[in-house]
Amino acid sequence: MRKFMTTTAMAALMVAGCGLAAHAEDVKEVQMLHWWTSGGEAAALNVLKGDLAKEGFAWKDVPVAGGGGDAAMTALKAMVAAGTYPTASQMLGYTVLDYAAAGVMGDLTETAVKEGWDKSVPAALQKFSVYDGKWVAAPVNVHSVNWLWINKAVMDKIGGTEPKTFEDLVALLDKAKAAGVIPLALGGQNWQEATMFDSIVLSTGGPEFYKKAFNDLDEESLKSDTMKKSFDNLATIIKYVDPNFSGRDWNLATAMVIKGDALVQVMGDWAKGEFVAAKKTPDTDFLCYRFPGTDGSVIYNSDMFGMFNVPDDQKAAQVALATATLSKSFQSAFNVVKGSVPARTDVPDTDFDACGKKGIADLKAANDGGTLFGSLAQGYGAPPAIANAYKDVVSKFVHGQIKTSDEAVTELVKAIDDAR
Amino acid sequence: MSTVTTPEISLTPERSTRTSLRSRLQDALPKIVLAPSFVITLVFVYGFIIWTGYLSFTNSKTFPSYAITGARAYQRLWRWTFESDPPSSWYTSITNMGIFGFLYIGICLGLGLFLAILLDQKIRGEGLLRPIYLYPMALSFIVTGVAWKWFLDPGLGLEQTLHQWGWTSFHFDWIKNKDFVIYTVVIAGVWQASGFVMAMFLAGLRGIDGEIMKAAQIDGATTIQLYRRIIIPLLRPVFLSAFIVLAHMAIKSYDLVVALTSGGPGGSAWLPSNFMYEYTFKRNEMAVGSASAIIMLMTISAIIVPYLYSELREKSR
Repeated sequence: MRKFMTTTAMAALMVAGCGLAAHAEDVKEVQMLHWWTSGGEAAALNVLKGDLAKEGFAWKDVPVAGGGGDAAMTALKAMVAAGTYPTASQMLGYTVLDYAAAGVMGDLTETAVKEGWDKSVPAALQKFSVYDGKWVAAPVNVHSVNWLWINKAVMDKIGGTEPKTFEDLVALLDKAKAAGVIPLALGGQNWQEATMFDSIVLSTGGPEFYKKAFNDLDEESLKSDTMKKSFDNLATIIKYVDPNFSGRDWNLATAMVIKGDALVQVMGDWAKGEFVAAKKTPDTDFLCYRFPGTDGSVIYNSDMFGMFNVPDDQKAAQVALATATLSKSFQSAFNVVKGSVPARTDVPDTDFDACGKKGIADLKAANDGGTLFGSLAQGYGAPPAIANAYKDVVSKFVHGQIKTSDEAVTELVKAIDDAR
Repeated sequence: MSTVTTPEISLTPERSTRTSLRSRLQDALPKIVLAPSFVITLVFVYGFIIWTGYLSFTNSKTFPSYAITGARAYQRLWRWTFESDPPSSWYTSITNMGIFGFLYIGICLGLGLFLAILLDQKIRGEGLLRPIYLYPMALSFIVTGVAWKWFLDPGLGLEQTLHQWGWTSFHFDWIKNKDFVIYTVVIAGVWQASGFVMAMFLAGLRGIDGEIMKAAQIDGATTIQLYRRIIIPLLRPVFLSAFIVLAHMAIKSYDLVVALTSGGPGGSAWLPSNFMYEYTFKRNEMAVGSASAIIMLMTISAIIVPYLYSELREKSR
């Protein structure tokens, strides 16, 4: 029946396509659905807009703000159901594969081969941008999740040094607490808690364990003692938040670190965008360290531009968009603004700040060493149903509905089983 | 004479067809006018109810799939219904619905009636007071939610202000507390709707025949007896209307929870509508989302339909 729906949609599309083709040549316009509406993000997207304008393609913006893309994905679902695809849409991880399985994605393989994407884009990312041997999406950036963001002034005041182990981190948090600063800035929303827990699991169990548990969803690993220890570590670290953390947005938590009200935030590198927007410089105003015990590994998520199966007269515009997206100049310019690192490993890091340079080097090393893993909290470890079940469990543990780490692993296994 | 009557006779059949056409048109006019909205309701309400019901028996994930695969979605929901420790999201949602629905409807009715009776005492400035109570209804749930979120936030609103005024032992963090967050939703909801209920009761009170009250007073009824035995029973149809308005507002409350609590700590403020949206659109479990929607529909029908039936039947008798 899905096939039937797809065929119908395709048929409708072809009719629409013929109708257009009859009285129009190639459409010189790209229609882009996205949720990059906040200051830094919109500025980053403007770089792409400018690049395409130079090639003579107009930009038709379809911004759907809010909710980390939930609203945009709902809008996209409606558009696809109605058969009016945008040229491209910002998409995350498994969503791309879902749409590809439904047969509505285009095929960029020709461009990909010509531009050498298969060599320059990390293999872990290609899992999401290539479906059934065909390139269906253009990755825009790679965010990595296992970072600590520290206010340098506070760090100097309490005389802290870079924590190398989890115990070091706890000692550092204790120092901050003794100095009367909020040790850990956290927003008590399930994705933020789970994002932090990703790092804790990698730190506690190491790369192999993380991969087995959160990418392969191996049941033995999920209910192992290492996982219990990870939950215990989460329980340890969660004591250092302020009492008012529940429900706080991530950027407000970052602001606490920027202002010096709090010492450290565990967050993906989009937090750097906030520091930069507040005119702060790495190493003088703030410090970026890998989450202790995770050096050498990268937990990533990535924004992708999913390319839809548009009518023939729009294909040229789509190819132009995809080529521009993965061009080295755009990858550099965009990611400098966005705070992430380029989605191809052969982009020079000259324009990046210290944290960006470290991010690029780490990504390359992790890609070569096979320690580049999808973030489960960010939807790159498992499909949304499982990722959300995981977030539920972590959040319930943080807020006390789940009381012990024994109970937490039981619930985790059950929730993931349920969602499979 | 005959010359006069003849044309009249010849006119009669013509006029009768015209009037019958007109009267037929008049008869049909309401149907014609209602037809579009009837069709729209039929398709977009009842059609989609059936479609949702159908989907709940499939294994639809991200997109609808049409192969019936059995009642697995309902089995999962049924199992989750009894998972109270740690609470499953569905268990949280339905218990919250119970708490929220009961308190929201109960307090709104009680408070609305109380305010209406007070306002009905021929007091001065009623014209000013009435809109003050009524206006919260003009705000959307999002505005109400955000305003109350700031007001109840311990670091920002009431608690912080009272601390600054010197009452440092004051402690009110319900909105951050997994066990109490649902009551903050009740507070915000009641604040918004009780004025509206008051207006309904006030209209009802004004509609009561003054003769009845005078007669009761002559018979020596006290004010309390007057209200308890005569006025409140006479307001029964208003109770029905208010109950139905409030019940449907309670069961469709979604935006208030999102704006006020963004789901609450660990999802502890979810209502079934939040559950439905989460599962259908965020978790790509459309079948489970549809099943929960159908259960919501069944629940509300189980309450409203018998109530409507008994109330309306009594009236026609």
